[in-house]
Amino acid sequence: MTQIPIWAQLINLLAAVLLLLAFAMLAQRRVLTLINLFAAQGFALASSTAIVAFATHQPHLYWSVGLTLVLKVMLLPWLLHRLILKLDVKWDVEGLINIPTTMLLGIVLVVFAFNLALPISQLANTVTRATLGIAMASVMLAFLMMITRRKAIPQVIGFLAMENGLFFAATSATYGMPMVVELGIALDVLVAMLILGVFFFQIREQFDSLDLQHLEKLKE
Amino acid sequence: MEILVILGAPLAGAVLLASIGEREHAPEINVGVCLVTFVAAVALTVRVIGEGPLLVADKLFFVDSFNVFLIALTAFVGLTTSIFSRPYMRIEQELGHLTPARLRLYHSMYQLFNFTMLLALSTNNMGLLWVAMEAATLTTVLLISLYRTPASLEAAWKYFILCGVGIAQALFGTILLYFAAEKLLGAGGNALLWTELNNVKGDLEPTVLSLAFVFLLVGYGTKVGLVPLHNWLPDAHAEGPTPVSAVLSGLLLNVALYAVVRCKVLVEGSVHTSFARSLMMGFGLLSLVVASLLLLRQKDIKRLFAYSSIEHMGIITFAFGMGGPIASFAGLLHMTVHSLTKSAIFFTVGHATQKAGTQLMDGIRGLVTISPLIGWGLALGTLAILGMPPFGVFASEFLVLTTAIHEQPWATPLLLGGLAISFAAIFSRIQPMVFGETTVKRLPHRPAMIPVFVHLGIVLMLGLWIPPFLADWYRQAARLIG
Repeated sequence: MTQIPIWAQLINLLAAVLLLLAFAMLAQRRVLTLINLFAAQGFALASSTAIVAFATHQPHLYWSVGLTLVLKVMLLPWLLHRLILKLDVKWDVEGLINIPTTMLLGIVLVVFAFNLALPISQLANTVTRATLGIAMASVMLAFLMMITRRKAIPQVIGFLAMENGLFFAATSATYGMPMVVELGIALDVLVAMLILGVFFFQIREQFDSLDLQHLEKLKE
Repeated sequence: MEILVILGAPLAGAVLLASIGEREHAPEINVGVCLVTFVAAVALTVRVIGEGPLLVADKLFFVDSFNVFLIALTAFVGLTTSIFSRPYMRIEQELGHLTPARLRLYHSMYQLFNFTMLLALSTNNMGLLWVAMEAATLTTVLLISLYRTPASLEAAWKYFILCGVGIAQALFGTILLYFAAEKLLGAGGNALLWTELNNVKGDLEPTVLSLAFVFLLVGYGTKVGLVPLHNWLPDAHAEGPTPVSAVLSGLLLNVALYAVVRCKVLVEGSVHTSFARSLMMGFGLLSLVVASLLLLRQKDIKRLFAYSSIEHMGIITFAFGMGGPIASFAGLLHMTVHSLTKSAIFFTVGHATQKAGTQLMDGIRGLVTISPLIGWGLALGTLAILGMPPFGVFASEFLVLTTAIHEQPWATPLLLGGLAISFAAIFSRIQPMVFGETTVKRLPHRPAMIPVFVHLGIVLMLGLWIPPFLADWYRQAARLIG
């Protein structure tokens, strides 16, 4: 058996951390902790990208690391913190399905994601190809989180976590997307967050709550 | 050069309209910016027809016969909608639905929305296409919630979440596409350029591309409003201001479909099976049938026509899925006539709901007696969208049907059934709204009805006679799509 280099082991470790954090977010009921978990996930993403950049000599990836650090570890969590302070919503998150069931569903999704990723990762010639399954799994877990949460802010965090998973997929399959695309995506995420901030206040003003149960009037 | 104006004018217009605030002349500036964009689009069209495909700015922008016609169409409908929205939004303001601050947001976002659509259409980079599509979602979220009513907030939230999730699937598809391309074209920006991908499409890894196409179709298909991903569409159309419904239905759906077709061309070249075609035909037929059944249950007039948009997008997707020169020609023609007709209908519907003070169809009666122009506009528009000859929709639907009879006979009963049900559903609702005892009142401002009749006039002309240069152009584009 060939020796796996230390940095590849580190990347695998960070990928595992990423997946673990995705599960933690799925199980987390407090909004504040959810935001912190999201920031931590961003940090794991940035570190693993940095290691890939260092080990494979891909200088353009450092830009992506910087972007992730600034946007997903600092700016977005800070904005979310400010938002929940201003809106004064530190309540617990009620899921539509109870936590153990959600976790079981999550495990099924992970198995599915690994199977889906298998043919692609066999074709990949990047050193990080083993982590593609994890990337897909974290996308799907974030998706599950969006479906099972009833309140607005956890849904948005789910949306952002999905973006994290997609970024991770891009790094592990192809060492990142072209720069212009990454910049565009980052801009979109930022604008989305700002618009949502405005939007939360509008929802609150109208319904006195961010519970999306109020938003279930429109049918067919 | 023309591309610079086409993209620069709406962007500069958005900044200008946001910074000057809601002055007396903001609607006129809005129209002016759209006019500049339209003139540049015409110049670009003339040039592309004369000189062939255009690849500029370090291959970042690519204009060929397929997207140039969509750019011209987008700029044209953008212009006519801005003309329509001038009196419409004034009336809304006088009715107390909007404040000046919201109008400022509206004008600025309207231009930004135009910009994102034109960027999506003209870019050569599949990644930038994604970015522009996402940006188009974001700019319209605030437009849909413009009235800040509970229903409009719900519609906007649904729109944001569903399209956000959908478009994330498309991003994954784009990543897979890049993954397949990078092996042939090397890392870096070139590997996502459509022209480069098109050159090497035969060598792209088929398994990866099939998987990528599933994600891309689901992702962009959400924005096209394909069933079962259509849930956001009726709400967004019904709750937003009518000019926004007109551009959403007439333009945004086309742009999303354009993205799907661009991807389809690449996948077809790589995967030599009918995989992509079958998927598109399946989604198209499902959308047509489900939308026509749901049409029967509608009470709100804007929702009615929103479902009709889903139905027509289904027909177009089916046509592109069938492929071949005639079906693709029909698909392109249908894109044009649907876009023109549907926006004209929304213009008349907008004023009709203002007159009646409700969007419920039971509350709108006898439009013709008080305002013959609006009444006849709605009646003619409805006949056109239902595929009555001699309008252009008839020509394209006829082509789709005859091709289907030859190539996909199994689909013919479904197509005919869907069309018949939608005819019955829409016609029976519209007839009493146009004729009969009147309940509507007069409007404080004269509505701009010229765009309606210009649109319907063009649709009528396309049904009777397609100018040779346009027919050539469609044929070229159809060959490209395959």
